[in-house]
Amino acid sequence: MATKKSTRIGRIAVAPSVILLFLWMIVPLGMTLYFSTQRYNLLNPDRSGFVGWLNYRAFLTNPGFTTALVNTLILVGAVLLITVVLGILIAVLLDQPIKGRGFVRLMVIAPFFIMPTVSALVWKNLLMHPVSGFFAWIMRSLGLTPVDWFTHHPLLSIILIVAWQWLPFATLILFTALQSLDLEQKEAAEMDGAGPFSYFFEMVLPHLARPITVVIMMETIFLLSVFAEILVTTQGGPGQQTTNIAFLVYAQALLNYNVGGASAGGIVAVVLANIVAFFLVRLVGKNLEA
Amino acid sequence: MGSIRLENVSKSFGETAVIPSIDLDIEDGEFVVFVGPSGCGKSTLLRLVAGLEDTTGGRILIDGKDMTDTPPSKRGLAMVFQSYALYPHMSVYRNIAFPLRMAGVDKAEIDRKVREAARVLNLTDYLDRRPGQLSGGQRQRVAIGRAIVRAPTAFLFDEPLSNLDAALRVGMRLEISELHQSLGTTMIYVTHDQVEAMTMADKIVVLNKGRIEQVGSPLTLYRNPKNLFVAGFIGSPKMNFVTGEEAAKRGAATIGIRAEHIALAPEAGPWHGTIGVVEHLGSDTFFHVTVDGVGPLTVRAGGEAAYGHGARVFLRPDESKIHRFDAAGQAL
Repeated sequence: MATKKSTRIGRIAVAPSVILLFLWMIVPLGMTLYFSTQRYNLLNPDRSGFVGWLNYRAFLTNPGFTTALVNTLILVGAVLLITVVLGILIAVLLDQPIKGRGFVRLMVIAPFFIMPTVSALVWKNLLMHPVSGFFAWIMRSLGLTPVDWFTHHPLLSIILIVAWQWLPFATLILFTALQSLDLEQKEAAEMDGAGPFSYFFEMVLPHLARPITVVIMMETIFLLSVFAEILVTTQGGPGQQTTNIAFLVYAQALLNYNVGGASAGGIVAVVLANIVAFFLVRLVGKNLEA
Repeated sequence: MGSIRLENVSKSFGETAVIPSIDLDIEDGEFVVFVGPSGCGKSTLLRLVAGLEDTTGGRILIDGKDMTDTPPSKRGLAMVFQSYALYPHMSVYRNIAFPLRMAGVDKAEIDRKVREAARVLNLTDYLDRRPGQLSGGQRQRVAIGRAIVRAPTAFLFDEPLSNLDAALRVGMRLEISELHQSLGTTMIYVTHDQVEAMTMADKIVVLNKGRIEQVGSPLTLYRNPKNLFVAGFIGSPKMNFVTGEEAAKRGAATIGIRAEHIALAPEAGPWHGTIGVVEHLGSDTFFHVTVDGVGPLTVRAGGEAAYGHGARVFLRPDESKIHRFDAAGQAL
């Protein structure tokens, strides 16, 4: 890219992919924006036309919206907490020289390969089922009453399933980072009199600050739009107890056939994701500076 | 205070015996250098003393107390690592303070000691910086600072200067020597560089394949090497070795003579040779001479010596400075 001519050729060369990617993003976004200002209900196709902010007002004042927002934030927060804390502990364990370490690593990473739909079904029918589930069997074996997970603790159940799916991701990233911890640093800390706990809090945790930030950011992006697990297990219920923003948008569009309202919901979700991203990027930026 | 004694210490990794068996006495306040080619076990020996490796056999006594199975932090030793092993997320201040904090020293005391160490090591202006913002020499000093605040019974240095450039290495060499003079604490220093060993040590321990070849002061090793290995390892340029007829004439399997103990003579001398490469260092000139019936020799002469490539010269070795070795490589 030394001369003006080669710069121009370079621009022309990358133009097709830039244009394609731009269209790929802008067309759906534009259509969603357009529909979000239209009265567009599949049950009532005759009544159409521009309605301004009505769809937004309806979505935001919908009593389900606040619940869905709170559910989304609880889901994201709880899953992040579980995966990061457990991920660090498992990563530290995996870093120890144990027998069959390769096999254990593979097993730990396995859940990540399973489709969300499949894992949700496995949890729903084989593990958490109040009659035939594994947990119920354990409870009965101990002489206790089995817990009906999806009826009594629906959000907690979803959180457990999603956390189980994302734990391998966190573990993998943190474990890789842990392996880059300098051995001489460990020995220096040992000679300086740092015990296992001091070593963990003074050396390991600061070393993991960056990868933890990366895990939080990556997971948040995906956790904001958790959907399959909810659809397969609780359908957002009982009541609104497990409806998050993504599921609310789905309910608007495909259960109420309200395309306009769903589009407005989609835009709201985009705005929310951007707000979260803004704070995350600042958090990451602070950690990456050091 | 800081005497260290190794009795029959051995170390094996699986089947391979890295150190078959070593006995060594280090007096209080001594500057001892472990020197040898890479893979000779010098770093392993240091790590055994530090407690970072477990001994396979034998005893390690520090200050007369058996510390063979004592964990590293309880041995009262401080170590400076080859990579410095500074804690990258801590400021220089917190790096130096770390061992004190781990020992539970109170805050005011820590502050006093850290500032004192920083003053000694010229780090006062850098206390708030992170290790990543320091130059190699400064990092080295932080690592030393972290070692001296603990007031250890002995310092262990593991090739501390190998990551510095040549000029800085000479400077740090002086600083470490001065530090030893002012603290008077026992220091064990590992290096593969015989110049560092010669310039810094009170006592040099030459190691080869896990065995001690010779222990002694730098000049003892230089003047009276016990065997071929020490003779060849200590001194720069390397000692000239001659085998065959010339050696047999002097009743040895191999004779060795240092470059400065051969004189170049224009008219007459016992040896006659052709000059090859000439290296001018200013103060000295090294001539690589191919001597008829003897082989290639390095000869050291003054900076003014002026012989060109291909010139024929006579050489006169100083017979009293010739080292004689038997077939097994031991000095006669």
